[in-house]
Amino acid sequence: MASPASQPNPLPAAESPAVGVSVEALSKSYGKLDVFKDVTFAVEPGEIFVLMGPSGSGKSVLLRQVAGLETPTSGRVMIDGHDAGSAETREHVRRALVFQAGALFNSLSVYDNLALYPREHQMGTEDQIREKVMRALEILSLGKTAETFPSQLSGGMKKRVAIARALVMEPQLLLYDEPTSELDPVMSATIDEIIGSLRKEYHVTSVVVSHDCDLALSIADRVGFLMDGRLVHVGKPADLREPADPRIAEFLNPKIDVGNPRFKKIHTET
Amino acid sequence: MRQIRSILEGVGSTVQLLLRALSYVATLPRQSSRFIEQCYLIGYTTLPIVGILSFFIGSVLALQAGYSMQNFGVMQFIGSLVGLSLARELGPVMVAILVTGRVGSAITAELASMKVYQEVDALITMNIPPERMLVLPRLAAVAVMMPVLTVIANIVGWFGGAMICKYTAFISLSPKAYFASMVQYTKFKDVFDGMVKAEVFGLVVVLVCCNIGLNTRGGPREIGASVTRAVVVSLILILVLDYFVTKILI
Ligand SMILES: Nc1ncnc2c1ncn2[C@@H]1O[C@H](COP(=O)(O)OP(=O)(O)OP(=O)(O)O)[C@@H](O)[C@H]1O
Ligand SMILES: [Mg+2]
Repeated sequence: MASPASQPNPLPAAESPAVGVSVEALSKSYGKLDVFKDVTFAVEPGEIFVLMGPSGSGKSVLLRQVAGLETPTSGRVMIDGHDAGSAETREHVRRALVFQAGALFNSLSVYDNLALYPREHQMGTEDQIREKVMRALEILSLGKTAETFPSQLSGGMKKRVAIARALVMEPQLLLYDEPTSELDPVMSATIDEIIGSLRKEYHVTSVVVSHDCDLALSIADRVGFLMDGRLVHVGKPADLREPADPRIAEFLNPKIDVGNPRFKKIHTET
Repeated sequence: MRQIRSILEGVGSTVQLLLRALSYVATLPRQSSRFIEQCYLIGYTTLPIVGILSFFIGSVLALQAGYSMQNFGVMQFIGSLVGLSLARELGPVMVAILVTGRVGSAITAELASMKVYQEVDALITMNIPPERMLVLPRLAAVAVMMPVLTVIANIVGWFGGAMICKYTAFISLSPKAYFASMVQYTKFKDVFDGMVKAEVFGLVVVLVCCNIGLNTRGGPREIGASVTRAVVVSLILILVLDYFVTKILI
């Protein structure tokens, strides 16, 4: 497969300047469940910020806050000086979210899934839109699936369609929820390159939620660690090689003890 | 107390949904393909069942009227009775109930599953308001199709009545006499009032079904619960509104 760097990019030159995100003392609870508390960090315009953390630590919830889909319990998320959920942000910042589960429109074909945004926002003639959509599909090796429906795709293909759909939006701010979790190594590497080249060429600001340490090391400008309801660490990806926090060290290099009585118990009971 | 609150909240959010959908009315020409698709779904696919049911309702009305009137020698009034009952009451109510079952339930199921599977969230992040893309075309389509369906229901029902009058031995009223008395007592205003009613019912049913669908939270089980709720609420509203709209129109 050709690397995306040698392929035409899906995006024409962005006219809009990059946007910054600032998360200020953000807390979110559902009823009695406190998902996270007092999370503060900023993502600079054009930066790639990777958010890591164990399953259930609230990464997706945090990303939904940045996408303006939920209101915080306290604190706020600002994008370019406006609240993430405000009408200003929705109108003036092109923001794309690659959902963890894809969230494709099931009643639309793959092609129409991608074409919906440019059509609704009148981003060109039908021919221009077709060209852009097909280019995005090619980059993610999805050229043949244009006329199929989401229900006919595998998990990883859905994820790639979701990424392609985000690329077609020509976003200034791209939020990825575990973009590579269902992909093979070759495709994961392609996604890494796409994220990197969007930053380099179009100054797209990215927030990437991932468990994937390699991805963090290769593309991140900075990495944040969400754990036990707190943002326990923000720093350069190089810090991950020798993390100061023992919890992060344990997360990145888990020692699985097969003789652990925990595992024995499952075995004998079933 | 909790029930009253949830009813008030439901009314509030439904009205809000209506206002937000109406604020995008200018985008309707651009959405003509969605509008036409919804007209097809709401109008064309409901037509066969509307036809069958109104034929039998017209027939049964004529039969019952003939049976109760046979000792009074006022058979010639069956035409006006069938004509008025269908136009003013049974036509619009029956169409509204069929639209609830055939269309409203499908709308709630579709929007609820879009909500549960985060498709609605995806629309919001794309700055495509669901009210504009999902609610407005359905409202516009139902507004156009309800009067049409009602008129068709009336006409088919009237003919059903005529047929029964002709071929039932103890009535044996000629279609000519039947339609003469119908035309004499069923005025255009009666048909028009029925269309107004149908319009109100249709808009309320689609709004309620959209609103309940879009407010679904949870998983597949909640989709089913939402559909049931939407149908029950719609049916109750049709009958309650029927009283009030009739009162205003009379
Ligand atoms: N709508 C909701 N209502 C109630 N609780 C929720 C809701 N959404 C998320 N949660 C809870 O918030 C916590 C964090 O969930 P989240 O999906 O953000 O985890 P995550 O870090 O993305 O995990 P994973 O890596 O497995 O995707 C979980 O305990 C979850 O149960
Ligand atoms: Mg998640």
